[in-house]
Amino acid sequence: MQDAIWKRWGRAAALAGGLLAGALGARSVKAEETIKVGILHSLSGTMAISETTLKDAMLMLIAEQNAKGGVLGKKLEAVVVDPASNWPLFAEKARELISKDKVSAVFGCWTSVSRKSVLPVFKELDSILFYPVQYEGEESERNVFYTGAAPNQQAIPAVDYLMKEEGIERWVLEGTDYVYPRTTNKILEAYLKSKGVKPEDISINYTPFGQSDWQTRVASIKAFGSAGKKTAVVSTINGDANVPFYKELSNQGVKATDIPVVAFSVGEEELAGIDTKPLVGHLAAWNYFMSIDTPENKAFIEKWQAFTKNPKRVTNDPMEAHYIGFNMWVKAVEKAGSTDPDKVIAALPGIEQKNLTGGTATMLPNHHITKPVFIGEIKEGGQFDTVFKTEDLIPGEAWSKQLEGSKDLEADWVKLNCGNFNTKTKKCGGA
Amino acid sequence: MIRILALFLLLLSPAFALAEGGADSAYGKLGAGGYSDIETGIVELAASGDPRAAIVLSALADGRLYARSADKAVLIKEGTNFVDARTGKPAEGPTDGLKPLRVNNKVRRALDAAQGQLNLVSPDPAKRQEAADAVFKARDIAALPALDAAIAKEKDAGIRRTMSEARAAAILSKSGSSEADKLAAIPAIQARGDGDAMAVLRGLANDPSEAARNAAAKSIASIETRLATIGGVQNIWYGVSLGSVLLLAAIGLAITFGVMGVINMAHGEMVMIGAYTTYLVQEAFRAHAPGLFDWSILVAIPAAFLVSGAVGVAIERGIIRFLYGRPLETLLATFGVSLILQQTVRTIFGPTNREVGVPGFMTGAFDFFGLSITWGRLWIVVFCLGLFFFLLFVLRKTSFGLKTRAVTQNRRMAAAMGIRTPYVDAMTFGLGSGIAGIAGVALSQIDNVSPNLGQSYIIDSFLVVVFGGVGNLWGTLVAALTLGVANKLAEPYFGAVLAKIGLLIFIILFIQKRPRGLFALKGRAVES
Repeated sequence: MQDAIWKRWGRAAALAGGLLAGALGARSVKAEETIKVGILHSLSGTMAISETTLKDAMLMLIAEQNAKGGVLGKKLEAVVVDPASNWPLFAEKARELISKDKVSAVFGCWTSVSRKSVLPVFKELDSILFYPVQYEGEESERNVFYTGAAPNQQAIPAVDYLMKEEGIERWVLEGTDYVYPRTTNKILEAYLKSKGVKPEDISINYTPFGQSDWQTRVASIKAFGSAGKKTAVVSTINGDANVPFYKELSNQGVKATDIPVVAFSVGEEELAGIDTKPLVGHLAAWNYFMSIDTPENKAFIEKWQAFTKNPKRVTNDPMEAHYIGFNMWVKAVEKAGSTDPDKVIAALPGIEQKNLTGGTATMLPNHHITKPVFIGEIKEGGQFDTVFKTEDLIPGEAWSKQLEGSKDLEADWVKLNCGNFNTKTKKCGGA
Repeated sequence: MIRILALFLLLLSPAFALAEGGADSAYGKLGAGGYSDIETGIVELAASGDPRAAIVLSALADGRLYARSADKAVLIKEGTNFVDARTGKPAEGPTDGLKPLRVNNKVRRALDAAQGQLNLVSPDPAKRQEAADAVFKARDIAALPALDAAIAKEKDAGIRRTMSEARAAAILSKSGSSEADKLAAIPAIQARGDGDAMAVLRGLANDPSEAARNAAAKSIASIETRLATIGGVQNIWYGVSLGSVLLLAAIGLAITFGVMGVINMAHGEMVMIGAYTTYLVQEAFRAHAPGLFDWSILVAIPAAFLVSGAVGVAIERGIIRFLYGRPLETLLATFGVSLILQQTVRTIFGPTNREVGVPGFMTGAFDFFGLSITWGRLWIVVFCLGLFFFLLFVLRKTSFGLKTRAVTQNRRMAAAMGIRTPYVDAMTFGLGSGIAGIAGVALSQIDNVSPNLGQSYIIDSFLVVVFGGVGNLWGTLVAALTLGVANKLAEPYFGAVLAKIGLLIFIILFIQKRPRGLFALKGRAVES
């Protein structure tokens, strides 16, 4: 009896094994016909709120490219993994994508810490990462292409706008306590001081992740703002903490006409979760707004809403960054005639791609791109009304000109083949 | 005397000359469409004495003012029709190619000030108060004649006071005002005694007149002392309010963990489910009875209790009852349940935040002897205490409560007395979960409604229950308020990050000294 059961199980196991082998075999045959593209965005955990959208955007872009006939005559195949907002898992999943799935390029990451966690993997296995989010700069790697804004493409123009148009003299730099706000605020503090703002007119504060009780902070912002000088808040508050912050502002009666808040991490997606009536007039600085009226943007929004089957779904800045990055990668692969990372990395600088707001983005030798900067005021209904736009596209600076130690550095992967060339000592390798 | 002096001064001031710009020029500027043009247009229109100024400006504030690019005509949209802004007659000419006039913060400020001036004599007292506040903020010397006229007519003492303050602020902010005027204006501002008053007085720091400088400095010092006292009390209020949020989050756990001894890692998700129930109830109200929206919260409370309670009973019957007496396994199993619930909600509702509306009676703030208290926070404190005493009543005074306590204190004896212990277990766990659901209704008003909502409260909840003494409801109340107030008193000095770290270290040390928390239960139940 025992024997019979074991035999039966054995047969079943053999059958299953055979099926599995068949499936794997089929998969490897298929792999020769397609070009694989990795998508490394958290679909669960705290960052899912922001990153899931980007995964969907990438799937749409890939489907669209396939409808056009793919790349180099081959279809693209998306490989989606879920690093679950867990930083070490990002590195593991990146390794899995590159060595097991043999993807040609990876589009992914949101937080800086997740990017830092995958960097060694991309260097070691020599693959390509497209990083679509505005970040703190101070980095340029051979294997990474930064399609989001560097500080000089977002923070500095926003502060300039407030100084010039709103006559702001006193500044509150309010941020969540992690690397992006801390570095950005360091750059902004140096910049403001260089513009003649006195140290007592700058107040820098950090709150923990997910801060939900803003009573004390808003009260002290109000107090700081009652010094007889026009005051503004520059907010690098991260994702989830924003909703309670804005709710508290409106409850305590701080209006945009009294103390405007300019935010670097609040976009259309974040505003979808709040009643924006009391926020009208508060500002955000981005390189893209859904409300910008160009034929390219209109077409993109229509496609996006059709793809997600949700006529109310919003678009945002990092999505545009992925749009630019993905199309640049396609062009670079076609130019190189191969998906070999070394050839594509060499082909990418100089590639041009029309952005969604009427300009043309160029991939620079420092692996950042040129971007326009828009300042928008929050309107009722969760959209932005552009009140200011830079005349030209601004090239992204990997190393801030404001910070000691980084102002002498230069990133150039074309001529210097170096991400941190010191112009003083004429050596590659940091300050 | 002062008033005559001021009027005289005003006649000399260049601002008064603006009034001569007239309505023609004002409408031309509005039609031109650039931000700075619109701004000057607003100022000129308010000063022109045009009878339609108030109507046009309120249309601009509502986004109903349009400009035609062809002839720069300015039109007001009324329903689906357009009327000419100048005449109020139906608009002539094509109505396509119209663009709404856009406003930015600068324009909005000018608009507030202009509307304030025009509304100073409005028949509606609320509007007059709002107007006086707007004029105070604008500190515009050009508003003086309107203010003087309005002060002479005003009967309401409160509004008259704001108007006089606005008048004083305008005089103080004008560099050309005489020393006597300024000295007369300073006491009025000092009497106001808040941050805005400080802002006006600090503007005098570089005043040419020494007497005015000294008077301002003295007033600032007196306001600062007042504000410091108020600030202290305000911090305690913030602490009570934070404590009430902690209590809300922890109160359900005080039953499931405190009374039953189940380490329930899915507690936060019960709160989250309550918040999502609120969202669904509100959506139903939005769709079927938008007029009754403010009452949706009242429906959401029992709904959240039932939904979270039902999920709680299901978890207890399905998983936890097999694990009584095995705390480690319970911890792991409920942690798994928490992840499953989060991902389920994420799959159904999507990862992004859901908008939960705030009912009218919970928005805004009121002034209480200089303390600014927001309605939303006040209601949450009231609600939380109400919930606490309700729970206390259920556990102490009802037969269900008696059975619960009997089962948790001595399960076998209770069973021998004929109590159906499994039933009581399920109901108690359901009660704790349901209470957590109700907490979710309140927390949806101040926090994000996202799948992660519960995660951010679970640690704090355990802290409160452990600190207060496991199994003691009063201990939970005292612990929540203590932690809240301590956190808020430390925050202004050390910053939010350090205050939180300090608090955690304090609790770790405290638990070393008193492992059973603030109010340890005595007796046999503890030993077993």
